[in-house]
Amino acid sequence: MNVVGQLAPLAFGLAAIGSGIGVGIVIGKTIESVARQPELQGRLQGLMFLGIALVEALAFIAIAVAFIPFPKP
Amino acid sequence: MPEIAINTSTVFSVLPFVKGDTGGGFQGPSIDEFFPGPIFFAGTPFELNRIMLIRLLVVVVLFLVLVVGTRNLKIVPTRAQVVLELVFGFVRNGIVIGTLGEKNGKRFMGVLMTIFFVTLGMNLTGTIPGLQIAGTSVIGIPLLMSVIAFVLFIYAGIKQHGLWYFKNALILPGLNPAMAIFLAVLELLSTFIVRPVTLTLRLLMNMVAGHMLLALCFLATNFFFFTVLANGNAIGLLGIGTFAFGIAFTALELFVAALQAYVFTILTAIYIQMALAEEH
Repeated sequence: MNVVGQLAPLAFGLAAIGSGIGVGIVIGKTIESVARQPELQGRLQGLMFLGIALVEALAFIAIAVAFIPFPKP
Repeated sequence: MPEIAINTSTVFSVLPFVKGDTGGGFQGPSIDEFFPGPIFFAGTPFELNRIMLIRLLVVVVLFLVLVVGTRNLKIVPTRAQVVLELVFGFVRNGIVIGTLGEKNGKRFMGVLMTIFFVTLGMNLTGTIPGLQIAGTSVIGIPLLMSVIAFVLFIYAGIKQHGLWYFKNALILPGLNPAMAIFLAVLELLSTFIVRPVTLTLRLLMNMVAGHMLLALCFLATNFFFFTVLANGNAIGLLGIGTFAFGIAFTALELFVAALQAYVFTILTAIYIQMALAEEH
């Protein structure tokens, strides 16, 4: 059997697993903290977005991999 | 193989034109969606294609809305003024002042407000019937915005700390030299390379994926109704499902458009705030 296609979507899928878990943890912990100390919501939101931006970066790097012109073997 | 080609030079890009024998397979939207043929000034460096025209339209509409909407402000606001004040107030208090504080927030209010409104306007065209492609779904606008954000937070840092800003940003105090060098390399990567790249790609890829999703749903609807069902095959009734999904995803895209504008603006604000902060 011959499977023809691109590997790049697979790479993105694998990277998305990690980022998905990471973003979930970040948001979950933020909600937890806001539930404990609602008055800190503003600052925690900022930190949450910063954390999401860092974690998500991995998934975006995986997207970009498809556009990097690797030399053909 | 027979195919349904998308004639991207037409105004209604999600309505495919059926080409050749239609009894065969289904072909989804391709990346060519985002590179439609030129409409005006073809062959010159100022070529205008569909997406460029949409961007120009967005700029004109934004200009008109903001100028006309804020020209005649009253103490007892009209209904349009309430909506505008709601959005302005959200950006002003929720994003800019909430992140940067009163004093610094006012310094960067104009440019952050501009980033928010331009991003929002460009994103929203992805769901407006008849336009159906986001101005931000080709790399130009996201790249421009993130270059602005990049220059902005470096400017803020240099203005606040002078050239010490780069030392503060790269070198963490209280570490042994080997570790400090290693972390400096990581910080260099994450602050000055990964930040602008992810700002660009986050906006771009959200819009690209959203458009692909919508185009796939409506192309599938078209295929099921006008090819499968028209040939007398009851499987074509699946088109009802894909159409419903298309409508649902349109609503999702509206949400994503607003969310991405918010995320882009708040991240820019946070990066500025980090550059302004005291050394750690």
